[in-house]
Amino acid sequence: MAADETLVGSVCGTKETTACDLECRGVTKRFGSFVAVGDVSFTVPRGSFFSILGPSGCGKTTLLRMIAGFLQPDAGDILIKGRSVLDEPPNRRPVNMVFQHLALFPMMDVAGNIAYGLRRRGVPSAEIVRKVEDALERVGLPGYGAKRISQLSGGQKQRVAIARAMVLEPDVLLLDEPLGALDLKLREHMKVELKKLQNRFGTTFVYITHDQGEALVMSDQVAVMNRGRFEQVGPPPALYYRPQTPFVAGFVGDTNRWRGKVLTADATGVKVSTDSGLTLLAVSAAGMSPSAGDEVDVFVRPEAIALSRDEAGLGTLDNRMGGEVVSLLFNGANSRVLVREKNSGGEVDVTLPQAGEMHELKPGAHVHFGWRADQALCFPASGGDEA
Amino acid sequence: MSARTKLSLILLFAPFALWLGVLIIIPHIDMFLVSIREKIGIGQYRIGPANYMAFFTEPLYWNTFMRTALMSIAATLLTFLIGFPVAFYIAKVARGRLKTTLFLMVLLPFWVSELVRTFGWMILLRETGVISHTLQWLGLVHRPVELLYNDGAIMVGLVYTSMLFMVVPLVTTLDSLDDELIEAGYDLGGNGWSVLREIVIPHAMPGIVSGSIVVFMLSLGNYLTPVLMGGKNSLWFTEQIYQQFIVRFNWEQGAAFGFLLLFLSSLIVWLGLKITGQTLRETMG
Repeated sequence: MAADETLVGSVCGTKETTACDLECRGVTKRFGSFVAVGDVSFTVPRGSFFSILGPSGCGKTTLLRMIAGFLQPDAGDILIKGRSVLDEPPNRRPVNMVFQHLALFPMMDVAGNIAYGLRRRGVPSAEIVRKVEDALERVGLPGYGAKRISQLSGGQKQRVAIARAMVLEPDVLLLDEPLGALDLKLREHMKVELKKLQNRFGTTFVYITHDQGEALVMSDQVAVMNRGRFEQVGPPPALYYRPQTPFVAGFVGDTNRWRGKVLTADATGVKVSTDSGLTLLAVSAAGMSPSAGDEVDVFVRPEAIALSRDEAGLGTLDNRMGGEVVSLLFNGANSRVLVREKNSGGEVDVTLPQAGEMHELKPGAHVHFGWRADQALCFPASGGDEA
Repeated sequence: MSARTKLSLILLFAPFALWLGVLIIIPHIDMFLVSIREKIGIGQYRIGPANYMAFFTEPLYWNTFMRTALMSIAATLLTFLIGFPVAFYIAKVARGRLKTTLFLMVLLPFWVSELVRTFGWMILLRETGVISHTLQWLGLVHRPVELLYNDGAIMVGLVYTSMLFMVVPLVTTLDSLDDELIEAGYDLGGNGWSVLREIVIPHAMPGIVSGSIVVFMLSLGNYLTPVLMGGKNSLWFTEQIYQQFIVRFNWEQGAAFGFLLLFLSSLIVWLGLKITGQTLRETMG
């Protein structure tokens, strides 16, 4: 985590404040005694796609609304292009928002929606017409100006909402889970589309979502938020492969989790005896140094687990065990096998290899599976931070 | 459609059809027939437009109608101007219990009859009334003041009587306005005024139109409030109709006035819709 933070910090350090479009310093918001957002600090470099990922109720919407200006933080500062915007009402901030339900004005046609902000700025009408056409062109809807909002499909509405905000050339575009209402196929398509649009406009995007798929696919940087705080900020691969907190390990991507006690711990690894009676070899997450007797959680990704018909197939993997296939969860390339470990009775989620001997696996079959110690991360056991 | 569903449909509509036919359509046909009767002698009548012509040739009738129409339009506007902020507050600002309480407070005065409500205002406004006494007690005036029996009093009465019929449709339409739209309006650079003008008002237009039509029609057809609060000089058109029917026993003239009121008020509503570019279909849909 430290490495990632310095990475962000170096881009947006004090010397080059102009290189980052958005900076939050110790932003805090309380509702009564409930801390919705607690002391959150981050910087977003210019032109990047920054996502805030967290479960519902983690405070991400509150944070976004503070950036947009609809809520005033109780403490901290929000800077856009190095300038504090706390005193600016939402209609004067150089940020625009794509709302969760898009909030297109049904009383206006498409062109009217896009022109709304320009009219408010007093742009001459000839220029408005030109800019609206240009914006429609850029989102791939040329000639749609005269259509009513109700005539558009979900994906088209999405693009009009983006065009309406982008035509004002904001320093930062805020997106509040705008893909949530779309069906799966369209959502997959719009993910790619959004990323392309962001590239084309070169605007800084701040995107909030509870869907890790959206965050991982589109973002340059992702902040994982939980209970009003940032757990970890980093590029998607870092979050996935090197989670720094048990929450991130559990929330980003699928994972198997075992709770247990540390038997021995040294520089090379940790030996853990799980509550279910397994003995696992793992490595400690960065910055943690568990000692014997500590309660820990061990996380192993389904795709890190190798599957074999016979024990020999596992070779010299650090953790090896056998079990019986409980069920096959077919999902194309993401198919999984649920295996019941024969000694502990616990179920383990394993990615099904697409090629070779596993092709005709049936429930009830005996299999062997295992993983390397460095693919099992252990964290000090967390209380109720269930992902 | 099976015979059974047909029968239940007929039964379902029967009370409505009866009500419409017996209490509205048949009396109106009869009224119309009466209105085109000209009295030429005792018990002798002929068909002709004289009763209608009287309205246009006698300035008193015409002026009374114009005055009634203009004051009703003014009452409608005033009700809208007062009712809109109230409705906006109830629909968009107030939350939970406060919302219910406020809505109930708008509704509450309408649990008593219009007559009692009007008398309430009379107690407040008359020469020996509450306001007059209070002003004297405060030393602001040195003798009783008469606040009743003028156009202002009529206007107060009309606006008060109509408030509910403006607030309820407005609350309903404003309630359906997504808060996100208002926020989006601000986010894209709008201020309070432009958000109101470009987003809130266009959205609330069906409510505004239906509320205005109801309030206008109620004011125009109101008898009790103008007569009680405006006194003898209220010069309200419905009073004119009452005069013809009851005092002068000239049913023919009264019936003609009744029809003129119906057509002229419909004409004004139609013109109002045309000028504001609204259609009745949109409003009702």
